[in-house]
Amino acid sequence: MTTTTPVLAGEATAEQPPRTAAGRVRKRLNSRTATTVSIVIALLWTVPTFGLLLSSFRPEDEIKTTGWWTFFTNPQLTFENYNEVLFGRSSSSGQLAQYFVNSIVITIPSVLFPIALASLAAYALSWIKFRGRDWVYIGIFALQIVPLQMALVPLLSFFSRGVSLGGVTLMPAWDLADEQKFIQVWFAHTCFALPFAIFLLHNFVSQLPNELMEAARVDGAGHSKIFRSIVLPLITPALASLAIFQFLWVWNDLLVALIFAGGTRDTAPLTVRLAELAGTRGSEWQRLTSGAFVSIVVPLIVFLSLQRYFVRGLLTGSVKG
Amino acid sequence: MEFEDFAPKLSMLLYGVIAFVVIIGGLLLLLDVVPNYFARRREAALVAASVSTTDGPAPPPSRRLRKPGEGLLGLAFLIPALLLLLIGLVVPAIRTIILSLSNGDSTEFVGLRNYGWIFQENDIIRVLTNTLGWVVLVPLLATGVGLLYAVMVDRARFEAVAKSLIFLPMAISFVGAGIIWKFVYAYRGDGDQIGLLNWLWTTLGGEPQQFLNNAPWNTFLLIVVMVWIQAGFAMVILSAAIKAIPSDIVEAARLDGVTPWQMFWRVTLPSIRPSLIVVVVTITIATLKVFDIVRTMTNGNFDTNVVALEMYNQAFRYQENGQGSALAVFLFILVIPIVIFQIRNLRRQREV
Repeated sequence: MTTTTPVLAGEATAEQPPRTAAGRVRKRLNSRTATTVSIVIALLWTVPTFGLLLSSFRPEDEIKTTGWWTFFTNPQLTFENYNEVLFGRSSSSGQLAQYFVNSIVITIPSVLFPIALASLAAYALSWIKFRGRDWVYIGIFALQIVPLQMALVPLLSFFSRGVSLGGVTLMPAWDLADEQKFIQVWFAHTCFALPFAIFLLHNFVSQLPNELMEAARVDGAGHSKIFRSIVLPLITPALASLAIFQFLWVWNDLLVALIFAGGTRDTAPLTVRLAELAGTRGSEWQRLTSGAFVSIVVPLIVFLSLQRYFVRGLLTGSVKG
Repeated sequence: MEFEDFAPKLSMLLYGVIAFVVIIGGLLLLLDVVPNYFARRREAALVAASVSTTDGPAPPPSRRLRKPGEGLLGLAFLIPALLLLLIGLVVPAIRTIILSLSNGDSTEFVGLRNYGWIFQENDIIRVLTNTLGWVVLVPLLATGVGLLYAVMVDRARFEAVAKSLIFLPMAISFVGAGIIWKFVYAYRGDGDQIGLLNWLWTTLGGEPQQFLNNAPWNTFLLIVVMVWIQAGFAMVILSAAIKAIPSDIVEAARLDGVTPWQMFWRVTLPSIRPSLIVVVVTITIATLKVFDIVRTMTNGNFDTNVVALEMYNQAFRYQENGQGSALAVFLFILVIPIVIFQIRNLRRQREV
């Protein structure tokens, strides 16, 4: 990192690509210090994960008695931990295969619904003229700051007891049992995702060129047609970044799942099971390390392969907000 | 672990996806049919208009005649989202405010007693001071590290890889991160240490420590986990902001012969100030709501409890809806000044 470019490259001619201020700062600050600091940070940020990954492949008694760094002098690898934590039959084993499927079942609809509904709403808020439109948008925008803790208790009672006003039942309890509890998790995730989703998509949809919309209208396309054949294809990158956000949020969520999915292996996702294992079997490191990695690997793959969209979404989502 | 175990779940997933297709498809179909009706009416009106005013220039039809359908149509696009927001957020939030003024099983109005309780119980005051520690330290450290790293690796040879390394923890769940770091802090009374931190500690000559049991340092060690997750976010945003600084400003400063130190404080920092504020505000709000990390690593024991976890415990473990709701409202109240600060900043930015 110290010898990246010739020292005087930027100063030589005007044709050189302009350097950023930070690059200049870094260059002039003792370059060696800069390199050391960044390597130390990079190590601090990767070594813990690496240690966990390596440990998950070590035999149980090795994990429990020696540090993972001793692997380099005494290498032993096994897949037994994964086999046990995923497919073990005893209740003390992770049985994570079940929970893994639960995570998938929870995640897919919880990503699809908010994106579809939010893109419809974002289109209406940008391109359909009606009275009070700006106020509706401001209201939805403001909802972003309501912590979801504010909604948990009443929403749970909405599912389990229904709605009644003055003794009159306006809406019966949903009475969901076992697998049906997935429905309330989807519902909760969809509701909680909407404010941010609408905000993010509105940023994109409202910036589509007006001429394009006018041209389509002149050609006789209705709003529905414009939405499907012009808007959706053009905001695909935004939809992708929103999908990644929502996927990571739902897959990694613990709070909503704890409350709405319950703790059984019928519906609980990986995070709930892992948190349980960490609480009750905190020293069973062979299960915790492999289990943690099972839960990490899917978002990691999604993240690494679609990082470009994720970063783009982050930049529009937060720099503007 | 046979297929039968999975079958009911997978059929639920199938139902979910079918419901998605039916609901969204039906909605789009509806949106096609209804406007078509209006379009036909408009056409009829157009024909009538062109017949009556053949010699004068026809008035712009799109402007004048679209009006009646527009509002209704906008509503049709919006209603599903609005309905869900109403059921899932707005009404529950209002209900929570009402619940916070009632007793544990929501049968009696108790006024502000639950809010008084927040500031009287010693345990809860501990929770508040811990949360304060989180809210001060996490944004500070995460933004600091993120900024430092963004500056350090800017235009370095392995910039993309170096950034990915720091950014990666963002994909990891708080629970996963909790386990990763619990392993780092792991303690063994005798024999070799298996936790990295205790290994370093004993190598340097210390006695093995139960790091997660000793207040107040355990809270700090939990904060490290949150910093570890959020620094990547700060780094990405700030790095983009740094790259967006106009080069002529940098060149001008350079011609004036500023030192790197001055360059950083007088050019870089003021230029990225808006992004810096966004980063700090976003991380602060996320930190206020931190729950998973504490629950996974210490479950709030050993004086590490925070507001969001206590809210969960009160409402869903002890069935104290009143106190739980009061804590939720309290969280909301804490967010408001941060958001106002953010909005004022945005407005000032626009004026400049």
